[in-house]
Amino acid sequence: MTVAIQGGRERARAVALVRRVNFAVVVFLALYVAVGLLQPNYLEPAGAMNFLRRAAPLAILASGQLFVLISGGFDLSVGSLVTLTVIGGSMLTANDPSKTWSTIAALYAIGLFVGLINGAVVAYLKTPSIIATLGTLLSVNGAAMMWSGGSPRGYLPDNFRMFGRFVFHDVPVIGIFPLAVAVLVAVCALAQWGLHGTVFGRRVLAVGDNPRAAELAGVRVEFVRLGVFVISALSAVTAGVMLGGFGGVSVDVGRGLELQAIAACVVGGVQLLGGRGTVVGAVAGALTLTALFALLTLLGLPQPLKDTAQGFILIAAVAIGAWRRRRAV
Amino acid sequence: MSDQQAIAPAPAWRRYSAAPPLLLVGSILLYVGVALWTGQTRMLETDGVIGLLQRMVGLGIVALGQTFAIIAGSIDLSVANLISVAAVLASFIMQGRADMMLAAVLIVLAVSALVGVVNGAIISRLQVSPFIATLGVGLILQGLLSASFTDFAGSVPKEFQLVAYSTFGVVPYSVAALFALAALASFVLWATRFGAHLYAVGGNAEGARLAGIRTDLVTIGAHVVCSLSAGLTGLYLASRLRSGAPWVGRDGVYDLESIAVVVIGGTLLAGGRGGVWGTLAGVLLFATLDAAFNMLGVSAYPKLVLRGAIVILAVAVYTFRTRGHVA
Repeated sequence: MTVAIQGGRERARAVALVRRVNFAVVVFLALYVAVGLLQPNYLEPAGAMNFLRRAAPLAILASGQLFVLISGGFDLSVGSLVTLTVIGGSMLTANDPSKTWSTIAALYAIGLFVGLINGAVVAYLKTPSIIATLGTLLSVNGAAMMWSGGSPRGYLPDNFRMFGRFVFHDVPVIGIFPLAVAVLVAVCALAQWGLHGTVFGRRVLAVGDNPRAAELAGVRVEFVRLGVFVISALSAVTAGVMLGGFGGVSVDVGRGLELQAIAACVVGGVQLLGGRGTVVGAVAGALTLTALFALLTLLGLPQPLKDTAQGFILIAAVAIGAWRRRRAV
Repeated sequence: MSDQQAIAPAPAWRRYSAAPPLLLVGSILLYVGVALWTGQTRMLETDGVIGLLQRMVGLGIVALGQTFAIIAGSIDLSVANLISVAAVLASFIMQGRADMMLAAVLIVLAVSALVGVVNGAIISRLQVSPFIATLGVGLILQGLLSASFTDFAGSVPKEFQLVAYSTFGVVPYSVAALFALAALASFVLWATRFGAHLYAVGGNAEGARLAGIRTDLVTIGAHVVCSLSAGLTGLYLASRLRSGAPWVGRDGVYDLESIAVVVIGGTLLAGGRGGVWGTLAGVLLFATLDAAFNMLGVSAYPKLVLRGAIVILAVAVYTFRTRGHVA
């Protein structure tokens, strides 16, 4: 009898443990192993570091978007803000490396401004965030095109591009260590602390769960909304600075990134319309999507069919999540 | 949102949204004002006004369908991709031959209806949020389409171009069709059981289910209507452009713009309240803005910036008095 009960308890504990592990982590590991079997480079430390470097912008965007999603909203403007950051970076530095730091400061100021506008429109004008951030998406895209005259020229100075491309060599154990991965780790730690370790993070969850109840409990809902949109916008600028180091300056570097970031969060178990989500989930979701793209590239699929696969994965991830929740109740 | 519910029933006039008449008057004032100010008075004659109405057709048809999805508490982000699919499919099947017109139209409408059923089923049966479900279906459609076609595919015959270019007297077929469809949609929403069920499900899905409504079928129905309207817009674009290309829907930003005009027209994004005349008034506002920017000679990029700001302001005008919280 006791053995049976203990066995039952242990099984219950094991099931509870498995439930606690984010589903996206499991999916990511499976996908990554598949990628590694096709291309063994990925299983070496240098390959893994390069993978993380390429995943960094999306993971950073996802951890910013996470705050908005948990509070119950959407931020559709981040992709256009990435574009504006890259184009603004090339216009402001004007090929002069000495202007890099002041430019980055200016870009963060622009991000802060866009985030405040989004937050203020949602919090004070009570406009649904899909519409509000759709409006800023159009405006910010238009501003980026206006600034560059539609056809951006020039390049970013090397010390601007280093956030995306600089790599520390001869690091013990792992061999190489890209600066982008360091930024990624720092941003994730900051997001983890902000969401799970501060009063502000608790309030974001509370507002997303039930804004009226949060307000009655003394939370200033408008401030929380302003805060989450500012966080999302600043993460978009960070991702933009990083993407500026990856490729050239173009008007569509950021196109579609907002939906990818939301998709990453959703794959990571974040609940749309608020109240539930973790940083681990969002980052694992971003890594999952990046591993999926890598896998599809290795399989030789053309870009359009990658979109198709992404669509299937997205629906399947959410359907499985919904099914698990129904079963858990 | 719940704190708005009054205990006494609202007076009858409160049940009608103020959005349609306000938008109509605002658009007319804007159009006439800009035309007079820039001295382009020929824009106020029949041809100018017809041109303005013709600008409404593409976005207008798909927005009517989007209104159904949003009233039912859903949303459809796949319409832009479906429009591309419909336009390419139509011109690819026709290949310039008049005898294939009927077959092409029927196939396009059947494919559209199927996409609507898939959208609705993923949302209601698999319990995937509409945002993700339709985004995913849109990605799947666009991927399959772009993998199969990279450029304009086939062409439509002269006879099919009449859809976009022919007129009854002064009124183009397409404008007449838009208003006929709007009247039909309005009738369905106001006078049929399906319409009543749409409002019920959008207002309170659980309540509707407990009242015996098959909410899953209502959601699927709303998405079939929405997808069919996207298919019709695709056919119209194929007729106007004389051929379909895999980017016609995305370039028109029909997904986000159709949602924007529905909300500007006074339909609640959360569902349960709204109507098609408001949507049409929202489409008129967008067409008027385009026309006004052209008359004023605003160039393409500042136009984008202004358009974004106007989307926000147009919605904010009547959301800012909302009590309670909006996310």
